Amino acid sequence: MAGAVAAVLGLLLLLGSPGASTGPPRDSLREELLLSPLPSGDLAATFQFRARWDSELHREGVSHYRLFPKALGQLISKYLVRELHLSLTQGFWRTRTWGQPYLQAPAGAELWVWFQDSVTDVDKAWKELSNILSGIFCASLNFIDSTNTVTPTASFKPLGLANVTDHHLLRYAVLPREVVCTENLTPWKKLLPCGSKAGLAVLLKAERLFHSSYHSQAVHIRPICRDASCLSVSWELRQTLTVVFDTFSIGQGKRDWSLFKMFSRTITEACPLASESKIYVDISSKTQENELLEVTPLPLSVHEASVQGDRRTYAVYDLLSPSLFNVSRSLNVQLKWKRPQDSLDLSTPVLHAQRYVSGYGLQTGEISTLIYNTHPYRAFPVILLETVPWYLRLYVHTLVITTKGKENKPSYIHYQPAQDRRRPHLLEMLIQLPANSVTKITIQFERALLKWTEYTPDPNHGFYVSPSVLSALVPSVIAMKAEDAEQSPLFTSLFPSSDGSSYFVRLYTEPLLVNLPTPDFSMPYNVICLTCTVVAVCYGSFYNLLTRTFHVEEPSRGGLAKRLANIIRKVRGVPPL
Amino acid sequence: MAAALPAPRWLPAAAALLWACCGLAATDGIQDQAEQFFRSGHTNNWAVLVCTSRFWFNYRHVANTLSVYRSVKRLGIPDSHIVLMLADDMACNPRNPKPATVFSHKNMELNVYGDDVEVDYRSYEVTVENFLRVLTGRIPPSTPRSKRLLSDDRSNILIYMTGHGGNGFLKFQDSEEITNVELADAFEQMWQKRRYNELLFIIDTCQGASMYERFYSPNIMALASSQVGEDSLSHQPDLGIGVHLMDRYTFYVLEFLEEIHPASQTNMNDLFQVCPRSLCVSTPGHRTDLFHRDPQNVLITDFFGSVRKVEITTQTVALDPNLVGLETRVPSDEMATEPLKYAEQLPVAQIIHQKPKQKDWHPPGGFILGLWALIIMVFFKTYGIKHMKYIF
Repeated sequence: MAGAVAAVLGLLLLLGSPGASTGPPRDSLREELLLSPLPSGDLAATFQFRARWDSELHREGVSHYRLFPKALGQLISKYLVRELHLSLTQGFWRTRTWGQPYLQAPAGAELWVWFQDSVTDVDKAWKELSNILSGIFCASLNFIDSTNTVTPTASFKPLGLANVTDHHLLRYAVLPREVVCTENLTPWKKLLPCGSKAGLAVLLKAERLFHSSYHSQAVHIRPICRDASCLSVSWELRQTLTVVFDTFSIGQGKRDWSLFKMFSRTITEACPLASESKIYVDISSKTQENELLEVTPLPLSVHEASVQGDRRTYAVYDLLSPSLFNVSRSLNVQLKWKRPQDSLDLSTPVLHAQRYVSGYGLQTGEISTLIYNTHPYRAFPVILLETVPWYLRLYVHTLVITTKGKENKPSYIHYQPAQDRRRPHLLEMLIQLPANSVTKITIQFERALLKWTEYTPDPNHGFYVSPSVLSALVPSVIAMKAEDAEQSPLFTSLFPSSDGSSYFVRLYTEPLLVNLPTPDFSMPYNVICLTCTVVAVCYGSFYNLLTRTFHVEEPSRGGLAKRLANIIRKVRGVPPL
Repeated sequence: MAAALPAPRWLPAAAALLWACCGLAATDGIQDQAEQFFRSGHTNNWAVLVCTSRFWFNYRHVANTLSVYRSVKRLGIPDSHIVLMLADDMACNPRNPKPATVFSHKNMELNVYGDDVEVDYRSYEVTVENFLRVLTGRIPPSTPRSKRLLSDDRSNILIYMTGHGGNGFLKFQDSEEITNVELADAFEQMWQKRRYNELLFIIDTCQGASMYERFYSPNIMALASSQVGEDSLSHQPDLGIGVHLMDRYTFYVLEFLEEIHPASQTNMNDLFQVCPRSLCVSTPGHRTDLFHRDPQNVLITDFFGSVRKVEITTQTVALDPNLVGLETRVPSDEMATEPLKYAEQLPVAQIIHQKPKQKDWHPPGGFILGLWALIIMVFFKTYGIKHMKYIF
């Protein structure tokens, strides 16, 4: 039998050799950790793991997966996905105090997918895709159905290569109630080629990651240019994880931090399968005249980049360079602040937003969104996408947009009203934000009554309204040159940049929590008891009246007890029974 | 030491006889062990672990389920064969002072949540309907594999349920309940479809014994933490976390299971003795009349561990080290001739002049058709049929 197997293998080799002259498609892995102190004193750590695969997934029959995970590769080829973005987030990114995020995600679970144009039934593919992803990531993504899925018409343009952008191939859904915990992190880590055993992923321990102010993990799959000429397509899988640690709880009051304090681990080696493994530490404050901070161990090189309209300096630690682990076997990057910083770098971000619900009672309410443009002299447009569930009935005639006291008419509005139990409201507007202004958008709504079985088991918690999405091209102060995507750090190549004068940013507002009028769920039991009692009493009495006959009964002489009692009564002088 | 005495002639024969007896006894022992290995007749193990309670003060039910999950994983059942249903999230609950942990002992000694946990049914997905669908296998077609119970007729299944219960029912998430009759019928459906070989049902709720009273399918063994009319009590609170961490019965079962390793020979009778009345305050009960084997011969690892039948072969297969990946390559003349480009993220001009999407034409619905039919009928009734030629 062994001989036959060897013969078969030999035959396959002979048959396969003319076609296999170029070898299997190349794939590469880059991993990167960016540590940036935030203006408010917290620390943000962004992990990015990028697997790039030079293969045409849709046209070839792929059978060998190396660095690209098989679960996702099969998903892309089966459902003809062009782009997939899934994020699971716990917490909220406070843009006003923390600055502009590199890649923000809304609280809960967010999934948006662009399909290929050869897909015949997009809704069916979307439903099956969300079910499969719920199994892969242990999240309740199977709750994504037509009541929370929308098709945006102007936001969420593809982030990868695209020649046709027909928006009916796009689906977007948010589940704000989704909880993110270790069971979502475990399968995310298992998609990495090195797992959590080597490289930067050893720092990802759940007990430290979830004890934070913001935790967001995401998976982004998109097609990118294979080389500068951009004639063929490679597939890119980016796994990003952003954590914001509160330095006051980990540093015991001081603003110093180190890898060990944050993650309770240090790095001992790079992932052997990675072609690049680097740590970037944002030391932009160091470039001022007085040295404010000190980073140990001393970085081997320093990288300057213009990111989000700002020129920043980064200390680089290359884990693949042999000189890094010469002194000690483990790498523990530490940052100490030389002087206590009383006036922090509190530059407010150019664009930030806020959303809240107002009103009283359980019948009506109002959703207000405030968008701030703090740029001193430039105005820019922003697209606002709002998805409101069907049980909050929006009154579009009450939509008011005011800037600096005057009405601001949007250049483009797309409104799709809700259908009860079938489709949510979709409101998309392109609004021009004047320089140095606050724009207020208000819309009133009315709460609907749900059916008894549609309430969740904890209805008094409230119902969530998904965060609204703001997409804007923010003008940058300095001119940014377009860098080669392969040479620059991963955190600069998230969004494809078109020109150097502005950068694209996508912000999310807070999710809202509204109370719907909740019935008393014990009422069915009460009603049954009362009705049965009333029916029993009435019917029983009526039946007795109709069917019972009365006849006279001879009084009996009484038993022994009665006679004895009568004797005693006669002695007492009381009339007998 | 020189042999001074000459050995008696019968000594070698006696030694040979003794050795033969010992050999026979030894082979008997080996045969016994081999027999025991094949006695139970199952080839794979599954576990369905359900916690049915929501809200922070029911922390102990989640800790119960996770400690059984931990033991079952430690003894060999892989995640792909475990269906774990947790009705609420305690580990990342905002009230948890130590996030991503669920403790079972006070002073936070044992974190049963761990770093490698896969919860299949979370939060609102834990309903009576989903539970019964998992058991009977009647699941919508797009359900992922990790949410299915893909057992066959040679599977031993462990079903563990915990939560709040009463006489004849178990409460799911404070909004619905499952009765003992429904559960018994579900098990009968499983038996009819040959979805299990043997089933062990453990329940840790108040009046738990009422839940197994109605079983009528063969090969089921059941354990409960309390009899009808008794309450199952919780073990100990932790002042740091602020809630009770475990129920007594599952606490002592966990202590018992910590002693078990994949090769241990402990049998079910020892499990029945766990948590006597002095420790548990309630009286644990069990039911074995539907089980065809004697509990003395049933190993704990028959249900809590995982059977891996290993076949050792002496044949070798030579692998060619020069074998390259066999894939069809796209012929290079099919590649694009002009460069592809990225989409513009915010094409303002294009958005403003975007034409609204043409709505698909739908035939008019019943109401509209009925309304028009009524209008036309009224019209012709009043004015007569001669106007028809002016309409059509």
